[in-house]
Amino acid sequence: MNQITLTLMKVAFLAVLWLFVIAAAGVIRADLWGSKAAAKAARPRKAAQPARPPRSAAPPRARRAEPTKLVITEGARAGTTMDLAGTEITMGRANDVTLPLGDDYSSGRHARLFSQNGQWFVEDLGSTNGTFLGRAKVSRPEPVPVGVPIRIGKTVIELRK
Amino acid sequence: MTSVAAEPEVQIATRPRRSAQLSLLIFAMVITIAGFAQVGLARDGSLPAGMYGYGIGLGILAAGAYFVVVRFAPYADPLLLPLSVFLNGIGLAMIYRLDLKTSLDQKKAIAEGKKISYIGPSTTNQLMWTALGIIFFAVTLLVLKEIKVLQRYMYTIGAVGLFFLALPGFLPSSISGALGAKIWIRIGGFSIQPSEFSKLALVAFFAGYLVNKRQTLSIVGKKIGPVNLPRGRDLGPILVIFVICLGVLALENDFGTAILFFGLFVSMLYVATERFIWVVIGALLLACACLVAPMIPHVAQRIDAWMDPRAYFDGGCQIAGKIVNQTHYDVCVAKGGHYITDSSQLMFGLFSMGQGGVLGTGLGQGEPWRTPLSYSDFIFTSFGEELGLTGVMVILIVYALIVQRGMKAALATKDNFAKLFAGGVSFVFALQVFVIVGGVTKLIPLTGLTTPFLAQGGSSLLANWILIAILIRISDGARRPAPQPIQDEGMTQVVSTQ
Repeated sequence: MNQITLTLMKVAFLAVLWLFVIAAAGVIRADLWGSKAAAKAARPRKAAQPARPPRSAAPPRARRAEPTKLVITEGARAGTTMDLAGTEITMGRANDVTLPLGDDYSSGRHARLFSQNGQWFVEDLGSTNGTFLGRAKVSRPEPVPVGVPIRIGKTVIELRK
Repeated sequence: MTSVAAEPEVQIATRPRRSAQLSLLIFAMVITIAGFAQVGLARDGSLPAGMYGYGIGLGILAAGAYFVVVRFAPYADPLLLPLSVFLNGIGLAMIYRLDLKTSLDQKKAIAEGKKISYIGPSTTNQLMWTALGIIFFAVTLLVLKEIKVLQRYMYTIGAVGLFFLALPGFLPSSISGALGAKIWIRIGGFSIQPSEFSKLALVAFFAGYLVNKRQTLSIVGKKIGPVNLPRGRDLGPILVIFVICLGVLALENDFGTAILFFGLFVSMLYVATERFIWVVIGALLLACACLVAPMIPHVAQRIDAWMDPRAYFDGGCQIAGKIVNQTHYDVCVAKGGHYITDSSQLMFGLFSMGQGGVLGTGLGQGEPWRTPLSYSDFIFTSFGEELGLTGVMVILIVYALIVQRGMKAALATKDNFAKLFAGGVSFVFALQVFVIVGGVTKLIPLTGLTTPFLAQGGSSLLANWILIAILIRISDGARRPAPQPIQDEGMTQVVSTQ
């Protein structure tokens, strides 16, 4: 190996190292401001939303089935999912409940979800602002069908199959 | 008050970015193999036999890690895995370069009677540890579906972390000691450095504790001037753990890790309470520590060697107030002098980087093996010599990017425990790089810490791969799109009170 080749190799290697950093920075840039590909990928998703009714047209079948997980669809903790293991779930603003909501409009111990013979019930624990199942205020333990929103403050919770 | 959760909405791409991740990963592998090739061509004049074996080995591991991430954390940050593989890969190439078993130029240097300080780098070992590290990475991703699970066991995790941190201090030196510090546990042929894992465990504990207490910590308490001091019963437990940690580390002569834990403690309190005063208190405590630390002989030596390394090159010997250079320990003590640490390692490292200059000598063309521990603690100066400032800056930027991605995950996640955890581990990672790189470049006194992913060493690799797995899990949770409601109710709702 002569010296010139080695020097060229050395400089090429350094250049490749910097290309790697630039490529990594490019990925971050797309993350920060979005890339054309990201925008394209996001648009069809929105367009697909009106096509959802077929899915909600099947609730009768869904309602009979047992839910297996709980999802938060709106509110401070939107996106949180939790597996339903059969044990009671308490919800509220406090940190030591099973499902902390981080919601200023909820009470410390706001409501609880519990299961009886495979059916889940929601019970309000004397909260200030109330718990709503669908559009009705929960005043006694109510059975919770799959896909019906439970509202606690600004948080919306659903049970899913 | 949901102060931590109420940051401005962070815009993030909520879709898997598989292609970006895969192409960067392939890029990282290409760089690794190019590094191996260059070492072989420059050092031995031919493509090295090890290139295929080690290259394919690392390639398979990286591919495995990629599939685990795609399958089990599809929304994860696309940068964390490729950046880690990049660092691990070029670290492996550098260790291969220093590995005496395969290196012709070092054998020639020995034949010519040049001094080779330490024989120990082993590419095979490092690849084995990398494999184990990536297996740990995969297992962490598979087992830890929700980072919150750790919060439930925070006291157990904290206790286990503390136990293993303290263990080497109480074991006999034959099991735990080496190079002046008692931080290892050696069983059979293996040695592990438990402080690497304790670091993660204590971040988990602090995060869990602070999530529950941050509001009382930042609001309740006595106000003395601008300082809002928390109540003893709120701050007590972390303060106790913190003091135990520092005590243990002083007992084990492990000051690098002590600095890490201190930084961790201050930064997590700051993040949890949002009170800048914690940073000020931290800085003041650090200033006090800087005044007190020179009273400990081990630290005093390090500081002396840092202030004026030339005086202690090959060991300094203080006889009747005068420093006599180049004296061995036995000779010095026989003359009735006070032996001061050998700064030759630091000096060799500095010479090494000076030799490299801006562009470096090229992989396989320098003589980085002259520095003792050039493959572990001083691997940064080896890169400084062979890749120069240009290459070293790439390495530092890659570290910075990992930290930035970790902090980004902390900002984006909604779960407060994950937020504190990600912030804490990212900060510790950054601080570790600063302490060791600052140490070998003579910016701060040298303390032995591993250079994450680059340095040869099993515990460090395992712990760092677990750390990356946790960050990937948190970023996956943070970037996952929120589930759409099944029933669209519209903005208004009719409320009937029965």
